[in-house]
Amino acid sequence: MSVSQAALEFPLLRGRRIRTRIGWVLSVFAFALVAAPLADILLLVFARGVSAISPNLFLLPTNGISGGLLNAIVGTFVLSIGALIIGVPIGVGGGIYLSEFGTGPFGNAVRFLSDVLTGIPSIVLGYFSYITLIIGLGWQFSALAGAITLAMMVVPYMARLTELSFRQVPLSLREAGYALGATDRKVIFSIILPPALPGVLTGALLALAISVGETAPLIYTAGWSNYVWNGKLTHEPIGYLTYVIWSFINQPFESAHALAFAAAFLVVLVVLVINVTARAVLFSRS
Amino acid sequence: MRTSPFRIGLIVLAAIIPGMLIAVVLFLALYSWPAIQFNGVGFLGGQTWNLGNLYADPVTIRGMQVPIGAQYGILVFIVGTLATSAIALLIAVPVSLGVSIFLAEGAPPHLRPTLSLIVELLAVVPSVVYGLWGVAVLVPLIAHYIAPALNTLLGFIPFFAGGSPTGFGLLSSSLVLTLMVVPIITATIYSALLQVPRPDKEAAYALGAMKFEVAVRAMLPMVRGSIVGAIILGLGRALGETMAVLMVSGGAINYLPDTITSPISTMASFIVSQLDSAEQDPTGMAVRSLAEIALVLFIITIIVNVAARLITRGLHVGLASRA
Repeated sequence: MSVSQAALEFPLLRGRRIRTRIGWVLSVFAFALVAAPLADILLLVFARGVSAISPNLFLLPTNGISGGLLNAIVGTFVLSIGALIIGVPIGVGGGIYLSEFGTGPFGNAVRFLSDVLTGIPSIVLGYFSYITLIIGLGWQFSALAGAITLAMMVVPYMARLTELSFRQVPLSLREAGYALGATDRKVIFSIILPPALPGVLTGALLALAISVGETAPLIYTAGWSNYVWNGKLTHEPIGYLTYVIWSFINQPFESAHALAFAAAFLVVLVVLVINVTARAVLFSRS
Repeated sequence: MRTSPFRIGLIVLAAIIPGMLIAVVLFLALYSWPAIQFNGVGFLGGQTWNLGNLYADPVTIRGMQVPIGAQYGILVFIVGTLATSAIALLIAVPVSLGVSIFLAEGAPPHLRPTLSLIVELLAVVPSVVYGLWGVAVLVPLIAHYIAPALNTLLGFIPFFAGGSPTGFGLLSSSLVLTLMVVPIITATIYSALLQVPRPDKEAAYALGAMKFEVAVRAMLPMVRGSIVGAIILGLGRALGETMAVLMVSGGAINYLPDTITSPISTMASFIVSQLDSAEQDPTGMAVRSLAEIALVLFIITIIVNVAARLITRGLHVGLASRA
């Protein structure tokens, strides 16, 4: 290597240094571009939401465009818990099958289709429920139709998270169980489930967060009601918080906007607390 | 070996998952069948969505009872769906690449969990809350600042020239979608970058590459399959997004967008916005035509998602066999 060649390379190196620096600046800028809107969303929802919080919010049902959110809070609770009651057993059962016996082509197909199902737009599932449950079975807008639709969204998540937590339990535990003559049921419920339980419960919490934040399919299945849920599963529409956000922000009244932001605050609070907790649990385990 | 009742129970529960998918496509197809026959191929190419005269006696056309003048064409909504998704991906892909490189290689390791949590939280904010933020912040911002600025800078291109935009429309929908797909694309690319084997990175360093050059010139090409899969996954999300788009789209009907500030409707948002009107149709043809839109959307997203899963699935096997 001659001296002249080294001299030639120095300006080249300087060009590379500048380009890398610009590259890093752009990548930090990309991150800021994403983090700033998130910060603004949280700031907006928390600032406007907290200022709209009052005891009446939790004591009164909505009345036209004012009043409280009691009916919506109760409704969101009923719909989400209903979705968990229907969706968790199916998802957990399917997940156990995938983890313990799902190595064949059927297991692979279920696993693949479960991933595909999570990508189906929620409005399509909502419309499916609308034509089958609301029109077909004549249930009208109702709590049960809404809960079933949410359950359809929750099942594939539950199945995959259950499979994941069951797979983390070492094979030797299963072998020890079977060697002692235990049945499938005994091995699964008494040996594998206890260590896998935190993962399964985290999955159920994440499913709850999905249910609480969902809107589009509920418009077509749960409808909306100004009254607090009266316990009827069908033939009675039910209110929920996300409906208030969507519909009340378009009203030209300050009281309606306050309710929309209060509802958004409650929904975001629940969703954030659940997700941060779930991630902390999963992070500490891995 | 005899299969125990317990195991049969598990198989039945597992079978519910594919069963749901089959039920959805079957019932949507059955229910929309009269609409498919009535609308024909014109459904996809027609620009007019007209429920017809709902108060006059229905007429019989092609053996089906429909309101007088009823016409169902969804080209406007197909264009709205494709245009918003395309613009969203156009912005989201470079941003996601930048964020992934920053998270995987640029950020200090002890900050990485917190920073990636911020990106993940973007994915869990409910759609309707994005819509709320869109209405309260983004739409006024576009109407007062962004659209006028685009008009001044790029106004010589007809697509960017706008009269007096309301802020509700193509641009606001695309930007909201961008925020919603960035975490999905970033998560996939970021986890792929973390799996790049250390010796491969060291080989690039040994050749004298700087850290950023290693990330861009050595690591990104190694995960290019994951990048493609991630983009398709993001596309699937963007195509089906409903509430946020509905709230900021301006709800166009019978009108193709011609500028970046034009009001639009997507297939998903249109289905929600039409519930009340469609229920007024005594012949039920409007509700059946909406089912046909849902069926079209279902088929598109199935194709997109299957493609994305097949691409990313093959990659995991490839990476595992390398290690």
